[in-house]
Amino acid sequence: MTTAGHNATASEREESIARRRSAISRYLGHRSLVIGGVGLALLILIAVFAPLLTWHDPYMQDLTSRRIPPIWHGWFYDNPKAGWLHPLGTDPLGRDYFTRLVYGARISLFVGFSVVALSCVIGTTLGVLAGYFGGRIDAVISFIVTTRLSMPVVLVALAVVSIFDGSLQVVILVLGLLLWDRFAVVMRSVTLQIKSQEFVTAARAVGCSNLRIILTEIMPNVANSLIIVATIEMAVAIIYEASLSFLGLGIQPPLPSWGLMLAEARPEIFFAAWMITLPGIALFLLVLFVNLLGDGVRDITAPEGRA
Amino acid sequence: MLRFIFRRAAVGVLVLVAVAILTFALTNAAVDPARAIAGDSATADDIRAIRELYGFDRPLHIQFLAWAQDIIQGDLGQSYRQRRPVSDVVLERLPVTMILGATAFLLAVVVAIPLGILAGLKPNSWIDRCALTIAVLGQAVPNFWLALMGIVIFSVQLRLLPASGSGTWQSFVLPSVALAYYAMPTLMRLTRAGMIDTLQSDYVRTARAKGLLPPQVVLKHALRNAILPLVSVSAVQLGMMLGGSVVIETIFAMQGIGYLAWESITMSDPPVVQAIVLTIASFYVVLTFSADVINAWLDPRLRGS
Repeated sequence: MTTAGHNATASEREESIARRRSAISRYLGHRSLVIGGVGLALLILIAVFAPLLTWHDPYMQDLTSRRIPPIWHGWFYDNPKAGWLHPLGTDPLGRDYFTRLVYGARISLFVGFSVVALSCVIGTTLGVLAGYFGGRIDAVISFIVTTRLSMPVVLVALAVVSIFDGSLQVVILVLGLLLWDRFAVVMRSVTLQIKSQEFVTAARAVGCSNLRIILTEIMPNVANSLIIVATIEMAVAIIYEASLSFLGLGIQPPLPSWGLMLAEARPEIFFAAWMITLPGIALFLLVLFVNLLGDGVRDITAPEGRA
Repeated sequence: MLRFIFRRAAVGVLVLVAVAILTFALTNAAVDPARAIAGDSATADDIRAIRELYGFDRPLHIQFLAWAQDIIQGDLGQSYRQRRPVSDVVLERLPVTMILGATAFLLAVVVAIPLGILAGLKPNSWIDRCALTIAVLGQAVPNFWLALMGIVIFSVQLRLLPASGSGTWQSFVLPSVALAYYAMPTLMRLTRAGMIDTLQSDYVRTARAKGLLPPQVVLKHALRNAILPLVSVSAVQLGMMLGGSVVIETIFAMQGIGYLAWESITMSDPPVVQAIVLTIASFYVVLTFSADVINAWLDPRLRGS
């Protein structure tokens, strides 16, 4: 942005892009915000009110009713074992599959929110500091981010979890300490943009301290980007938790983690494929809703950021 | 340009040193190596003897320097479980992961770029909406679940493809698709956004005004600039694929470094885990370094920063 002429053409171009994209936003934006928001709210309600939705215990094993197929196997394949007592069937230990799926939503959501809370604090602090102070601080923080990016997440997470033994807390801690990079990168660039604006200069001229400028001038203006990054990271964290648990180095039995359920269903792949299909669909829906919500927020707050 | 390359390479080396320190700290803080070598049935005397033999009784920073010196000389240590050099163990598993990563990446690019161009040419058309829908759905499917469903459909029911192994080309089909599917949406969205932006630009308007045919404008003028950002994102995606292949390789029991990593972690064989983390980090650093150099070569404005 060196000359006024350059500025004019740039803003002209941005305007035309924004105009054209508002059409897409109308089509997809609000729709994705609504679908994502309602879907996620529904899943949160299901997770919170899990005990009211089912009459089974998620840990209750019943060796007399193992591997009962879901209800539609009774309708379409005339399987006499399928029935309304276990609408989505039972797993190899005779636990009700619907109940375990419902309680599994609690784990995925809890992991998603906790990891995002932790990584948001780390990443935002680093990003805002780097963007605000620049210079040597920026160089050091950028180096830390580059180092973190070059370490393979799944591998490091697997190694750490294997050391401290898998548990919900360890998984959350490990993922939270690994997944802050996107927060740092985005917050750095957003802070850089805001820093050069007039109200920040004005605050500095009035004699506000750096801390006060960051808290009262910068932070309120990064909120939108923060929400968007948070949805992306939440989706990533949920998938990573499922992957770790699937590999046996995440959440441990008998907790009904969807990734763990997939691992437990793996030996049944030849006879009961539905046992693999169902937890996958649950994961897919949760991640889809979180992503749609993020896309929707981005379309409304920053249409030019859409890619 | 030379100065840029030199500075960028120095950062890359520093990053690798930092990764090495972290990896070393992690594995040494975690597992008592003497106990791991000795096995479960060892007595306290055995463990003490091993500790002295391997030099585990020295201070940690001295151990690190010795370890780093060995690595620079190409000696990655001995595998505790397999009792042979780590470099042999890792090198014999590397080709499978390389082939898998390369195939998956090519697959993702071959699908993503044409789809992104078509979507970017006519924003909001039916093809654009299809592409966006594929991207949104694709990003929500966990790739290990996609792999499992692939096994259910193509191995169990249709009996077309093997469910495990890495001996034949058929056994690479399902893993490559599962890995590629994850990277595809990012590349597609980026191509689409790049196309939309460059088609709006002045030089494309000029090219059109000169009377060039639409394919010429799209391929020669717009595409070249549109895919500039793809270079660095491709490097990152390829690096992530090598790291992310742990899950996929484990599902299909492919003899690559991802599966080796999982085996070594579950059987507590830290030297192999260290070596694999370092290998993948080195690939990532080299890939991003190359991407930065290519970008600086294509776009001189980047050389200053």
